[in-house]
Amino acid sequence: MEEKLLTKLFEIKDSFTIDVYLKHDGYKAVEKAFQEMNPESILAEVKNANLRGRGGAGFPAGVKWGFVPKGVDKPKYLCVNADEGEPGTIKDRYIMTHNPHLLLEGILIASYCVGINTAYIYIRGEYENVALGLEKAIAEANAKGYLGKNILNSGFDCQIYVHRGAGAYICGEETALLESLEGKRGNPRLKPPFPALVGLFQSPTVINNIETLSNVPKIILNGAETFVQTGLPKDGGTRIFGVSGMVKKPGIYEMPVGTNLKEIIFELAGGMKDGKTLKAVIPGGMSAPILTADEIDINMDFDSLAEAKSMLGSAAIIVIDEDTSILDVLKIVTKFYSHESCGQCTPCRIGTKWINKTVQRIADGQGKIEDIDNIKRLAKNILGKTLCPLGDAAALPILSIVNKFRQEIESYIGN
Amino acid sequence: MSPEFSDKVKKQVQDILAHYPEKKAALLPVLHVAQQEFGFIGEDTERMVAALLDIKPVQVREVVTFYTMYNRKPVGKYHIQVCSNLSCSLLGGAGLLDFLLKKLNIGLGETTKDKKFTISTVECLGACEQAPCMMVNFDYYGDLDEEKIDKILDNLK
Ligand SMILES: Cc1cc2nc3c(=O)[nH]c(=O)nc-3n(C[C@H](O)[C@H](O)[C@H](O)COP(=O)(O)O)c2cc1C
Ligand code: SF4
Ligand code: FES
Repeated sequence: MEEKLLTKLFEIKDSFTIDVYLKHDGYKAVEKAFQEMNPESILAEVKNANLRGRGGAGFPAGVKWGFVPKGVDKPKYLCVNADEGEPGTIKDRYIMTHNPHLLLEGILIASYCVGINTAYIYIRGEYENVALGLEKAIAEANAKGYLGKNILNSGFDCQIYVHRGAGAYICGEETALLESLEGKRGNPRLKPPFPALVGLFQSPTVINNIETLSNVPKIILNGAETFVQTGLPKDGGTRIFGVSGMVKKPGIYEMPVGTNLKEIIFELAGGMKDGKTLKAVIPGGMSAPILTADEIDINMDFDSLAEAKSMLGSAAIIVIDEDTSILDVLKIVTKFYSHESCGQCTPCRIGTKWINKTVQRIADGQGKIEDIDNIKRLAKNILGKTLCPLGDAAALPILSIVNKFRQEIESYIGN
Repeated sequence: MSPEFSDKVKKQVQDILAHYPEKKAALLPVLHVAQQEFGFIGEDTERMVAALLDIKPVQVREVVTFYTMYNRKPVGKYHIQVCSNLSCSLLGGAGLLDFLLKKLNIGLGETTKDKKFTISTVECLGACEQAPCMMVNFDYYGDLDEEKIDKILDNLK
């Protein structure tokens, strides 16, 4: 059953306006946080909710907030990750266009909890129209006193700014995002130091995904226990699954964490388009290793997918049909990563290019049988040897495709 | 003649600067404004932006060359960017790209003689549920087919 925690208002007319939001418990969580709670009890609630990051890595939000040191005299920052560059991912756009105030309220509570007065929403450059909508929502919240100085007489100040990126997938990686926000190339930083200690403008910084923060008002209003009960004990709440590719009804489906993948594809998304046969599914954005048709009876939560050697990532499901050549998929995957590598690490910069060239050669009918093992060797040379996770995010799906569809790839290579 | 921002844009830039504790952080947004104003980011625009933010022109160049959305050369009045990533390709995106190129009689990355259209490809636009899709300037168009593309182009004057 669909469980609408975040997407409940999406169907309502003008759900993006503050008036509609206020009619549906809007900003009630902030009132509760200010009046009945304090930063410590908010942190405890978010920790108990086991809210895991919706951006990709699944790190518990409460634990992350807890890393920010107290009593430093530098300003602290919240960076909200709206880069949404992971192919297949569409969910954050829906939240921002349909219920931006839910996000703003989440940002506000997180900021209050950690002691932050300035938040930046880093949004991918292509979403210009979405960014304009967010700015309108921020202006509305300012006008009604939910942002700005001394919010609701709490003595707490908070301002939110929208910052547009300019077309670079790597800027979704949290430290590349910080560099980009500082006006530089999006080259990921070496960690440690972690952003919680040294982040934006050398100050303690929290980085969270749009969907992660949008869950916070619900946790505060309904309590951690309800949130955990909706999802799983170690992975609370819902996920907004984005389904695209060869299905009858592509779109977003909000379901409890742990919902079965087969059910999402064949029941919610209506099954295969044009009577096609299922070949493979990418279950968590392009960086997630591929699943074959007989591997999709699986629960969509971080731990279940990790066990199947894939990942939940951004919960973006891409459905591939039997008529699609696996070589075409591999070509697109390898072209993407070779295009998006920032170039700082040799294995990632060179490896992704070589793999892409090799795949292209096979596609052009010039492949040799050794090429397949060469691709695997190149991918393994990236794995674990790079500065940021993009390297692994490229190598793992490539290896999964080559391993699971080796026979088909061989069939494209002449004798 | 070196480019200069209009007074309206200067005010916009001042507003942007107020968002950050360091001027340099305004670089990406200011470049967006500059591109909006001049259509592309040329060398003289780079120098002007550098002076405005108290940084070296090379620091601006580094950024302009890193991010795909900054055009270093003029583009047509309508910049068509067709998604070439997976979900769009599964639903026929590559064929539609060919259709567009043939229709406008240009190659990928090129601009029509009347300077009206430029076509490029782009990685996933974050609108995969509407695959195949494309962007014309900042407007998204989804669930495309040849007929729909014909209509869209007809409406772009
Ligand atoms: C190459 C790369 C791209 C990423 N892109 C995004 C993105 O577009 N949006 C996002 O929220 N997180 C993205 N992430 C994950 C972020 O680095 C970070 O983990 C996340 O924003 C933290 O927020 P969360 O804990 O709320 O998920 C990306 C990571 C990598 C390595
Ligand atoms: S792994 Fe790739 S994207 Fe990440 S820092 Fe190295 S070169 Fe850049
Ligand atoms: S694949 Fe085309 S918009 Fe995502």
